[in-house]
Amino acid sequence: MARTEKGLTVKEEAVVAINIDTDIVVARHKSRELAAQLGFSYVDLTLIATAVSELARNIVLYGGAGEIQLSLVENGVNRGIVVVAEDHGRGIADINRALQDGYSSSGSLGLGLPGTRRLMDEFEIVSAPGKGTKVTVKKWKR
Amino acid sequence: MEVPVLKQGDYLIASIQSALSDQDLVQLRDSIVQKVGKLRSRGVIVDVTVLDVMDSFATRTLRDIAHMIRLRGAETVIVGIQPEVAFAMVQLGLSLEGVACALDLEEGLAYLNRKSPKSTKKGA
Repeated sequence: MARTEKGLTVKEEAVVAINIDTDIVVARHKSRELAAQLGFSYVDLTLIATAVSELARNIVLYGGAGEIQLSLVENGVNRGIVVVAEDHGRGIADINRALQDGYSSSGSLGLGLPGTRRLMDEFEIVSAPGKGTKVTVKKWKR
Repeated sequence: MEVPVLKQGDYLIASIQSALSDQDLVQLRDSIVQKVGKLRSRGVIVDVTVLDVMDSFATRTLRDIAHMIRLRGAETVIVGIQPEVAFAMVQLGLSLEGVACALDLEEGLAYLNRKSPKSTKKGA
């Protein structure tokens, strides 16, 4: 079932649909379970599950509905987990501002995106008003 | 999954048993704020030992609980934050500033006993 995509061999995949707040719990549980297969440390498992929790909540808060895709990958040298959080909601007009600590358009703490970036090794965001939001984060096993 | 909130003398103990959804956390907040008045509690312990993730929403709700309980004239202490969870919270940029935390239930009770000595009670 392994396939290769952008130089990464995908070993294992799971998709969690995110519509309501209980889906956030399912997503973080699934991410922890999958990442554990790679033998991540307990600290890393907690960081990954926390990042997934923040990304899933952003979907519920701003995207309305979307999904979290989880994949275990290998690039020839390293193994890791890739998390893609995608929604088709209203999108983000000012990405730089959304990545600043303490900025929130919803009255939350405004730590979701900048905090998630600190929890993971790689972070990428694509979004435009009315076009939804796609956040991709990676954590490599040390 | 509702969190049991038990009365133990002058205190309320909310012992979280499993992962909580946002809705569960909000329910816990409302239930504690109500019960502290109904049972005339002087202190509240929220035991989060089983939580393997405390994200921004959980942290904000716990902080809200502590601040609301203070406005109701009682003290709150959060006990049992696991080391990995503490690490993730700090990385995320979360703090529970202004909220009392203790290692475990025993330390939490000791903290409340110091904060509201029994001698202030009638007849003691």
